[in-house]
Amino acid sequence: MNLSMKWLGDYVKADMPIKDFCHALTMSGSKVECYEVEGSNVSNVVVGKILSKGPHENADALFVCQVDVGADAPIQIVTNARNVKEGDLVPVALDGAVLPEGKIKKCKMRGVESFGMFCGIDTLGLTAHDFPYADPEGVFVIQEDCKPGDDIHKAIGLDDTSVEFEITSNRPDCLSVIGLARETAATYGTELKVKAPEFRGVDGDVNSYLKVDIHNAEKCPRYCAGIVKNVKIGPSPRWMRERLRASGVRPINNFVDITNYVMLEYGQPMHAFDLRYVEGAHINVRNAVDGEKIMTLDGVERELTSDMLVIADEKKPVAVAGVMGGEYSGIMDDTTTVVFESAYFEPSQVRRTSKKLGLKSDASARYEKGVDPTISMTCLKRAFELVELLGAGEVVNTVIDCNKSDFKPSEVVFDPEWINNFLGTSISEADMKEYLSRLEFTFADGKVIAPAFRIDIGCKADIAEEVARIYGYNNIPSTDFRGVARAEFTEEQKFVRILRNAAVSLGGYEIATYSFVSPKYFDRIRLPEDSALRKVVRIVNPLGEDTSVMRTSTIPSMLDVLAFNYNNRNEKACLFEIAKEYLPAKEEKPFINGDTLANSGNKKHRYEYSLPDEPQRLTFGIYGGDADFYTVKGIAEQLLAKLKIDGVEYVRAADSDAFDEKCALHPGRSAVILREGTPLGILGEVHPEVQETYGIGVKTYVLKLNIPELMAAYTGTITYQPLPKFPASTRDISLVCDEDTPAAELEKAIRGAVGKILEKVTLFDIYRSDDMKKNGKKSVAYSISMRSHEGTLTDEQADGAMKRVVKALNAIGAELRG
Amino acid sequence: MKEQLEKIEALAKQELSACTEIKALDDLRIKFLGKKGELTAILKQMGGLSAEERPVIGQLANKVRADIEEALAAKMTALKSEAQSAKLREETIDVTLPGKHAPFGKLHPLTRVENEIREIFIGMGFNIADGPEIDDDYHVFEALNLPPDHPARDTQDTFYIENTNETVLLRTQTSSVQVHVMENQKPPIRIISPGRVFRSDAVDATHSPLFHQIEGLVIDKGITMSDLKGTLEMLMKKLYGNDCKLRFRPHHFPFTEPSCEVDISCFNCGGKGCSMCKDEGYIELLGAGMVHPKVLENCGIDPEEYSGFAFGLGLERMVMGRYDINDLRLLYENDVRFLEQF
Repeated sequence: MNLSMKWLGDYVKADMPIKDFCHALTMSGSKVECYEVEGSNVSNVVVGKILSKGPHENADALFVCQVDVGADAPIQIVTNARNVKEGDLVPVALDGAVLPEGKIKKCKMRGVESFGMFCGIDTLGLTAHDFPYADPEGVFVIQEDCKPGDDIHKAIGLDDTSVEFEITSNRPDCLSVIGLARETAATYGTELKVKAPEFRGVDGDVNSYLKVDIHNAEKCPRYCAGIVKNVKIGPSPRWMRERLRASGVRPINNFVDITNYVMLEYGQPMHAFDLRYVEGAHINVRNAVDGEKIMTLDGVERELTSDMLVIADEKKPVAVAGVMGGEYSGIMDDTTTVVFESAYFEPSQVRRTSKKLGLKSDASARYEKGVDPTISMTCLKRAFELVELLGAGEVVNTVIDCNKSDFKPSEVVFDPEWINNFLGTSISEADMKEYLSRLEFTFADGKVIAPAFRIDIGCKADIAEEVARIYGYNNIPSTDFRGVARAEFTEEQKFVRILRNAAVSLGGYEIATYSFVSPKYFDRIRLPEDSALRKVVRIVNPLGEDTSVMRTSTIPSMLDVLAFNYNNRNEKACLFEIAKEYLPAKEEKPFINGDTLANSGNKKHRYEYSLPDEPQRLTFGIYGGDADFYTVKGIAEQLLAKLKIDGVEYVRAADSDAFDEKCALHPGRSAVILREGTPLGILGEVHPEVQETYGIGVKTYVLKLNIPELMAAYTGTITYQPLPKFPASTRDISLVCDEDTPAAELEKAIRGAVGKILEKVTLFDIYRSDDMKKNGKKSVAYSISMRSHEGTLTDEQADGAMKRVVKALNAIGAELRG
Repeated sequence: MKEQLEKIEALAKQELSACTEIKALDDLRIKFLGKKGELTAILKQMGGLSAEERPVIGQLANKVRADIEEALAAKMTALKSEAQSAKLREETIDVTLPGKHAPFGKLHPLTRVENEIREIFIGMGFNIADGPEIDDDYHVFEALNLPPDHPARDTQDTFYIENTNETVLLRTQTSSVQVHVMENQKPPIRIISPGRVFRSDAVDATHSPLFHQIEGLVIDKGITMSDLKGTLEMLMKKLYGNDCKLRFRPHHFPFTEPSCEVDISCFNCGGKGCSMCKDEGYIELLGAGMVHPKVLENCGIDPEEYSGFAFGLGLERMVMGRYDINDLRLLYENDVRFLEQF
């Protein structure tokens, strides 16, 4: 909402410094975004009177003028303007003047001195709409009441200040000059001067011109209309154009301008249309018929449905109620009789229609927020007052008021004690009444009654807010609230924090990625056609395909970030993210939330659709440095060790169905982490094809861990193990086995064979001689450390254990290396 | 004998002063003081001395021994220290060469600031509540006093989920978590709910379709608007230091009444007015208010018995302010060169 300060001054004292005004209104609840002093980019321009205009001695296209600019002596100005003559008043930019296009300085033009410049309308930053009589091509010949030497701002009314307000959706009444005048008066405690509009009119019976019937009083409780005959279409006077301009509305002609003027002034949308096009001279406010069509003012044909409200004549709709008029019923140059409409339409009706048609207008924006339901007639009269003031036609002195409204203003119990308890203040009852009265609230029977324009008032808290904002939010004290604090992180929050810190301590840089991704990732990570991960939660109205589905895997997001870094020539990256996947609910059946409602018990909300699961994942992504599979596996192992999750096994991803993302990984270099059969995560080298798809030119590794499963396996208890009292016995063993025997299998055999006295098995060498390679063999060496807590192990005990180890290894095809 | 002893002492001192190695020093000790050493050899001849001479010579011999031992010890100390110095000299390295780095990870700036805020609130007695990011209309709008057709819905450009008839959506605010909490917990309630929220804003330097909010909620008997002010002032002092000032402006949110927007004194000029704060002296920080009685009712809490306040902070804005980041996109691009700065 752009407010003209001049206009505001009609209704309330408004001559305070503009900065003070903006601050005061902001602090009382009408937020000022910014203000603009009109013509602030124009200075040192005055009205000049051309005393003489003669030829230039050196140029046929130039003229030399002597100009009275209110100074002791006339000044000489050289111009090329042909549309000026002796006696004309024109804007003169003097030496040193500032214009939107730049500075003006005296100069010599083809050898003749010029001490300034004549200005055209555009030079002053104006348009033909501001001064329709001005020649848009030539110099602006002023036809205003002014004299030489007058400052141009004052002379042509370029001296208003326009203030831009951010009006919140609960205060549509403030989308008007009078609404803001009320707020100004309440803020400053000054008088509001709004008088009831009056018009004289000419004798006539409006009913002989027009009939109005409301067929849906619920959606249109009131419809006022009147007639202006013998209209004279033309431009509006300067003061009206100035105010419209300062309000950000472009002047069109007197009738359109009057409807806009009243709308800006009172907040009530008005509609004016040509009586000729109202068939049967009969207005029907009714629901549209399904399939009915109307060409709206914007030139688009629209098909209507029966839930929409139209203003129709006897045959066809002439306007979509509260949204937009029809193309053919508007005011034309040859219009002779005009119908003015001022009506109230139910907000949600207008809102739904506007949304359904995808059609917004100034009128619909106001109606859907809610206009004052009681001012239809006032505004009609104001429009007629203006018609008469502008001499734009003859107003028939009787009007139609179809009023089926049962509007009652809001009433709320007035409870000053409650208000003080709620705000934490001690404002006296008298002060509260004073503040509320300033806002035009009234009191009766222990109740406070809201003015009709305050459609946002409905409960005690609303009254508290009114009191608070006039009292001043910043005058409310600041207190610490009482009560015992028993706050702590939940187990899950603690767990995630441990995990995140562990990831950082392993060298990971944390990243943040979008939850929504492009569905192209299915193919980019080679998911099979029937993969469950292709079943995604889709967004109906995404910003674009790239953000149209909720990810079912965090790995593609990680790959995107790795690729981004690779393309930015970052040599290496070790990244991690703790974030959610979004998995469609497995069961489609609705479920009920709120069964555990602790309090009222009567409010239970039923979900109509099952919500997706949102499990958290820890995802690692690595490239560069000397990273290999074992780097990322090391991270997994260290994380699990930190969480004291043991008993996990790493199985070849190719042999597991736990994660479909295995398709994105190298089949020979990827593993799934299992614990007691539960998949905890997947890791491995990114499949060369996927790497190429993402444009990462080096080997890349990823790890994904399922946080809920990790948490289930996590106990968080640390038990101290006594330091050993007796020495350990260590035996090294070197063996030869098939190339594809997994080390885990060898280790398992060793562990089983040594039994309780086993302390540690460490793999310390893998070796392949040429012979071995030929025969598909490898040599693996382990160091086995054994210790008893009861006493020093004897050689016999250690040797016995080693014999069992050899036997167990033999059983799985591994021989001692000779 | 006396001359012999004096000669030995003189000889020992001479050889000692010529000695340059610790090992040679040991040889000298054996040579002069050892069981087969020169001094011992002389002392063995003591038996042939007269009773008068014996104590005199004995005393002298002891003094010679003590002198030699002392000289040996002094030499030993000197040699050791010299050897040490030589070793240290030899081991001298270029300390300006770079150090060896163990991997050292970094938290994302969003996490850093969020953690800080979490800690502050835990300290103030607030629990941390999580909730679904994909939720239904009821929890995100309707229960929060935004019924269908409410004009304020326009300001929250919502992403809807397919095949749910605009019932399921990506939450536009973490206020939805408030509703979940109130549905399931009796007052007193004191929570914050940090998390991701989604609005269909195209990406630019200050907008992102995904961002983070931290919503706070307090419900108890006798909670007042002055408590809201006190709580936010304490939070901001902890975050930005004791000098920061807050300014409360009336505003409108459907789920609070009274509602306010809260500005903080400009970080750059401290309130005097500069280009950063558009000459205002203050920068918009967050929205807050007293929980609307309808919201309490919707969640089964009697507004006659209880009252409460709520507030919502934008995490990105705080992070950008904290680290002087001028483009929000940096937070989601995750360039290593950006991340390593935190």
